[in-house]
Amino acid sequence: MRIPCPCCGLRDRREFTYYGASVFLDRPAPDAGLEAWDEYLHLRDNPAGVTRDLWYHDPCQSWLEVERNTVTHEVLSTRPVVEARA
Amino acid sequence: MRYSGFRVFTQGLSGNRGWRPAWRDPAPKPAYDIIIIGGGGHGLSTAYYLAKNHGLKNIAVLEKGYLGSGNIGRNTTIVRANYFLPGNSEFYSHSLKLWEGLESELNYNVMHSQRGLINLFHSDGQRDAFARRGNAMLAQGDDAILLDREGVRKHLPYLDFEQTRFPIYGGLYHPRGGSARHDAVAWGYARGADQRGVDLIQNCEVTGIDIENGRVTGVQTSRGPIRAKQVAMVAAGRSGQVAAMAGMRLPIESHILQAFVTEGLKPVIDHVVSFGMGHFYISQSDKGGLVFGGDLDFYASYAARGNLPMVEHVMEAGMTLMPMIGRAKVLRTWGGIMDMSPDGSPIIDKTDTEGLFVNCGWNYGGFKAVPASGWCLAHLMATGAPHPVAARFRLDRFRTGRGLMDEEGTGSQHNLH
Ligand SMILES: Cc1cc2nc3c(=O)[nH]c(=O)nc-3n(C[C@H](O)[C@H](O)[C@H](O)COP(=O)(O)OP(=O)(O)OC[C@H]3O[C@@H](n4cnc5c(N)ncnc54)[C@H](O)[C@@H]3O)c2cc1C
Ligand SMILES: [Zn+2]
Repeated sequence: MRIPCPCCGLRDRREFTYYGASVFLDRPAPDAGLEAWDEYLHLRDNPAGVTRDLWYHDPCQSWLEVERNTVTHEVLSTRPVVEARA
Repeated sequence: MRYSGFRVFTQGLSGNRGWRPAWRDPAPKPAYDIIIIGGGGHGLSTAYYLAKNHGLKNIAVLEKGYLGSGNIGRNTTIVRANYFLPGNSEFYSHSLKLWEGLESELNYNVMHSQRGLINLFHSDGQRDAFARRGNAMLAQGDDAILLDREGVRKHLPYLDFEQTRFPIYGGLYHPRGGSARHDAVAWGYARGADQRGVDLIQNCEVTGIDIENGRVTGVQTSRGPIRAKQVAMVAAGRSGQVAAMAGMRLPIESHILQAFVTEGLKPVIDHVVSFGMGHFYISQSDKGGLVFGGDLDFYASYAARGNLPMVEHVMEAGMTLMPMIGRAKVLRTWGGIMDMSPDGSPIIDKTDTEGLFVNCGWNYGGFKAVPASGWCLAHLMATGAPHPVAARFRLDRFRTGRGLMDEEGTGSQHNLH
């Protein structure tokens, strides 16, 4: 698997670290309650198909949101997390 | 038909014409008391113990492919009871005891072989951690022996003890650990359940779960709707999709774990050897193949095949530990879809829907759990109360934060186990 980094171009999977589903970007307020924190930390759609998750590219130290297919391992798009949050 | 050495002998003399299929192939009935979704190890053992221990009759197991087509037929077959935390410890201890009686219980040769498991350690700190784990195992009533380097050398003379990256300091020896034939476990439980009247329905994919007024009433399948009073979701790596049919999201992320087998060799590795620091473990099958594996590919995937970086990593770790295997030819590699939970421990529980149960979160360790998981889920479904050894496998522990069981001590978060 290769992932296109917006900074560095198409790079080998070994250069990246996987962090998990991109819901990690939507951090609830500290007092949002147990349900909201459970959703954020634990509960997952876990789709067999297109998903969005977070990867870290070691060489350029950027966090990316990667849209990819969990069945075919096809990478559909990537963008820096700063843009995904905007 | 009872299997025995005598029957093998007489069948041999009469041209093996008397063998019959080990289970029926029934069409689904319009309704059952209990439906189990998923004909893997856990679904089949649940059905078996519902019939055997609780005398229940009107049960169906619905399997979308063929029996044993999931992880039960893809794992590397290690059976052990070397867990540390209360909750896991008593459960896996119970499971190992069931394994020890399984062949006579099922009248089926599951090739359970207690050849001993050795977990290697490579530093003083790791030795202390293993000593502590060994004491927990002894306190649970299981067996553990702390070996120093010479002790390991007696068992495993072929290891490279002096490798510069991870020199071997010793190992935690678990003599009752070992392996079994994975398909045979599925087939043995399937045959036993069928003999007790359970309908095993293959090529029957569940496509919907019917719920009325907060109560489960049946399922929709590729072979038509089937009504039921109780439904258990036992779909391992596919748990997320099945739970979504009931409007639930689970604390599960599905990941790939790869495995490898070489050509058949003469007996050379007598134990199960686990090299945790290198992410590598190995045993030799009765057919002679070296069966080995490593860690997850470490990203969410349903591909049932892995990626090359992990292949390379596992081969490097194997060569670091035991250079003697370098000349063996790898025959096959494959992957299975693992139902990873945030704390690395499983879930056997009721759900908020009356009559609907969930069994998932087995991570990479659910093969050894097959007997006790079925035993405990059957107990929960038949009596309404959790079995004492599985009482901590609660679904709500993630929401409340109470009773998390993180064996590795890395944190209860999805990408950490
Ligand atoms: C490479 C590898 C190595 C492993 N090594 C070990 C080991 O050494 N020791 C150990 O203890 N564990 C090990 N495991 C883990 C173990 O195999 C699993 O935890 C365990 O098999 C999962 O439970 P199961 O047998 O019920 O799963 P499965 O056999 O996967 O059963 C689930 C079944 O549900 C069916 N299903 C899914 N969706 C539907 C639907 N909608 N309708 C109908 N049916 C459906 C699937 O087809 C499947 O047959 C390993 C796993 C892998 C992949
Ligand atoms: Zn980059």
